[in-house]
Amino acid sequence: MTTADELRLHVAELLAAHPPADTPRDDFLRARFDAGLAWVHYPEGLGGLGVPRSLQALVDSALEAAGAPDNDPRRIGIGLGMAAPTILAYGTEEQKRRFLRPLWVGEEVWCQLFSEPGAGSDLAALGTRAVLDEAAGEWVVDGQKVWTSSAHTARWAILIARTDPDLPKHQGITYFLCDMHAPGVEVRPLRQITGEAEFNEVFLTGVRIPDGHRLGAVGQGWAVARTTLMNERVSIGGMRIPREGGMIAPVAATWRERPDLRTHDLHHRLLELWVEAEVARLTGERLRQQLVAGQPGPEGSGMKLTFARLNQEISALEVELLGEEGLLYEDWTMRRPEIVDFTGRDAGYRYLRAKGNSIEGGTSEILLNIVAERVLGLPAEPRDDKDLAWKDLAR
Amino acid sequence: MTSPRAPFDLLYSETEEELRSAVRSLLADRCDPASILARVETDHPHDPRTWQTLAAGIGAAGLLVPEKLGGQGASHREAAVVLEELGRAVAPVPYLTAGVLAAEILLGCDPSSDAVSALLRQVASGERLCVPAVPLTLAPGAPLPTGVRATGAGTLTGSVTSVADAAAADVLLVLADTGLYAVPATEVTLTPLVPLDLTRPLAGVTLDGAAGTRLADAATARAAVAGALLSGAGLLASEQLGLAQWCLTETVAHVRGRHQFNRPIGSFQALKHRLARLWLDVASARAAARAAADALATGAPDTPLTVAVAQAYCSGVAVRAAEECVQLHGGIGMTWEHPAHLYLKRAKADSLALGTAGHHRGLVAEFAELPAPGPHPRTPAAGPTP
Ligand SMILES: Cc1cc2nc3c(=O)[nH]c(=O)nc-3n(C[C@H](O)[C@H](O)[C@H](O)COP(=O)(O)OP(=O)(O)OC[C@H]3O[C@@H](n4cnc5c(N)ncnc54)[C@H](O)[C@@H]3O)c2cc1C
Repeated sequence: MTTADELRLHVAELLAAHPPADTPRDDFLRARFDAGLAWVHYPEGLGGLGVPRSLQALVDSALEAAGAPDNDPRRIGIGLGMAAPTILAYGTEEQKRRFLRPLWVGEEVWCQLFSEPGAGSDLAALGTRAVLDEAAGEWVVDGQKVWTSSAHTARWAILIARTDPDLPKHQGITYFLCDMHAPGVEVRPLRQITGEAEFNEVFLTGVRIPDGHRLGAVGQGWAVARTTLMNERVSIGGMRIPREGGMIAPVAATWRERPDLRTHDLHHRLLELWVEAEVARLTGERLRQQLVAGQPGPEGSGMKLTFARLNQEISALEVELLGEEGLLYEDWTMRRPEIVDFTGRDAGYRYLRAKGNSIEGGTSEILLNIVAERVLGLPAEPRDDKDLAWKDLAR
Repeated sequence: MTSPRAPFDLLYSETEEELRSAVRSLLADRCDPASILARVETDHPHDPRTWQTLAAGIGAAGLLVPEKLGGQGASHREAAVVLEELGRAVAPVPYLTAGVLAAEILLGCDPSSDAVSALLRQVASGERLCVPAVPLTLAPGAPLPTGVRATGAGTLTGSVTSVADAAAADVLLVLADTGLYAVPATEVTLTPLVPLDLTRPLAGVTLDGAAGTRLADAATARAAVAGALLSGAGLLASEQLGLAQWCLTETVAHVRGRHQFNRPIGSFQALKHRLARLWLDVASARAAARAAADALATGAPDTPLTVAVAQAYCSGVAVRAAEECVQLHGGIGMTWEHPAHLYLKRAKADSLALGTAGHHRGLVAEFAELPAPGPHPRTPAAGPTP
């Protein structure tokens, strides 16, 4: 089962057996998963067919044309982009079978319990403790996580915790799958710069996690977490966007519709950003073509940096372009949204929310370090935290 | 707004990579920085021996020319790869002017005419070196120069400024009021100028009753030149990319090896972040330059926009890369011996060649339908004051 034609046939069979018009949404998505058409590059039995990832586009467009429901990837982004590839890489057979299907269908939303008040960029410094209760075969977790997007809608979390404080910080970490409905998990909204609460504080008090929900070996959590983080950054560059897609779209539209707002200064800056947005689109497209051709390039780590900067500059220009209207904000009501919706909101929201683009998922400073060291091969800065036991680190 | 085409290919094919390595090894042998430096201050900055091998041996002169007209029948995608390598080496060879601009102008004339096809064959085989007598700064979309007129006797009179590579040419393509003429170099007077970019020499060209062969009428000639300028600008982006890539690679190598304060200077975050940003810019320039080359090769309807985007972006990246190269090399970067200055001079001159970034942004405004502001509606019209 490799050729495009066979895949098309397979899609047609799915559609014939489960006509989208008469099939409830989740039922259709489950059938699609079971047919191996969820993420075709995943193994058979786990929502895929083990065929090249490039064939996914064919499946997606055929299903879209037939009016089939999609799994709303934006709502389940953390599960799809981060939890799933990590479970696929490190999970036991049982874990893969238990978690991947409801994750992909979207019945179970995931969140990421990584950052802590004392550990952000220096994530490996985290202090949330997990202690094994050997008699019960369960881990007991205590600590506090922060900036947790979607914790309020999530059913499961990927969690890293310290299991050995006597080892250097990278070595004493273990990776878990945490039930967000377990006793001792408390989620408190954190209101943010936009007025709403997209992220949360999460308090973990005596939370019990069965050893069967550990991902990877005890003490190997950092290696597992790196898989998650790598996927987090790459998932941004792989998107295909049309010319004038993304943040530049509303600004260009306003420019065309409102000649009264135009000035020479704004024109100059708009053209610069339009060109940069088009070049970023082409760079993303080139990256995608490299991936399809099986020659993944290092451009992936750069796309997040580029989009963060462009989103911020373009949305800043948009507020200015709007003149008096730029002084207004649509709504400061504290809400708890399920997704980040840039396009459905006004310019002020875009301006404020885009500030997070250079912080979430690794700050731009940290990503520049990564590009400099891993892509350009520049030397790391001298550091003295690598061999010290975690418990002896300055805090 | 013109919609982007699909599918388009931003990668390099195997043939293109083979061509690249042929050009690269030729340049490594013959065009190292020391020999370029030795050459640029003499009266003959061009390297005719390297040009001959590149043009005839590798067949670069005829890449854009169809096989039935004596060329390689390749496309702008391959020509772009040659330019990347020439940019990487700041090679003093007239490929952009002869292999791209002149070839495109001739292809824009009627190749079934004997005069055109004969010249094209000679150009494609590297037998004769032909460059267009237009200012290097002439941009696609800008008004064409009108400095040369044909007199009654069928001879040409007038002058053109800042013509690149004229000193190396056997034949000049001259745009006159009545059409396009092939004029032997012996018919014109060249005034060599002192160029900012020592590797692409400039001259003033004066025609004083020069005899030439008419290749096309006025309308065809103007269209052919306009088309060649579009190709030239699109492919210049690849030269700029190659240049920027060299500057980045050299600078990274330098900061890794150079120690100050008991550590490699490349371990200081201030420098790491600058170089990481430059790497991002170069990776983006590669996508933009490849898009332009592919659009030209496939004749995509949005080619003018894609070329304008590439020029608006890549000029700046090349200049920034060369400037960072000089700065991060410290004192060495300011010396004549180190080749960094050759790259800075080429990058800066390239940013004026075939239209500045600002000119190309103006074209983007036109093609993407993002018009400049009109007269301000709230400002009352200025009337005569009593
Ligand atoms: C909208 C949003 C959603 C988020 N969602 C989640 C989530 O779902 N789950 C989760 O676990 N986390 C989440 N985060 C957290 C995010 O990953 C962290 O905020 C981020 O990694 C930075 O950590 P910090 O906030 O502790 O800042 P710090 O690490 O304290 O950094 C502060 C500043 O110092 C700079 N800095 C730090 N170290 C260095 C260095 N070595 N070199 C140069 N500069 C440095 C940083 O770049 C930054 O500018 C989210 C954040 C945001 C803004």
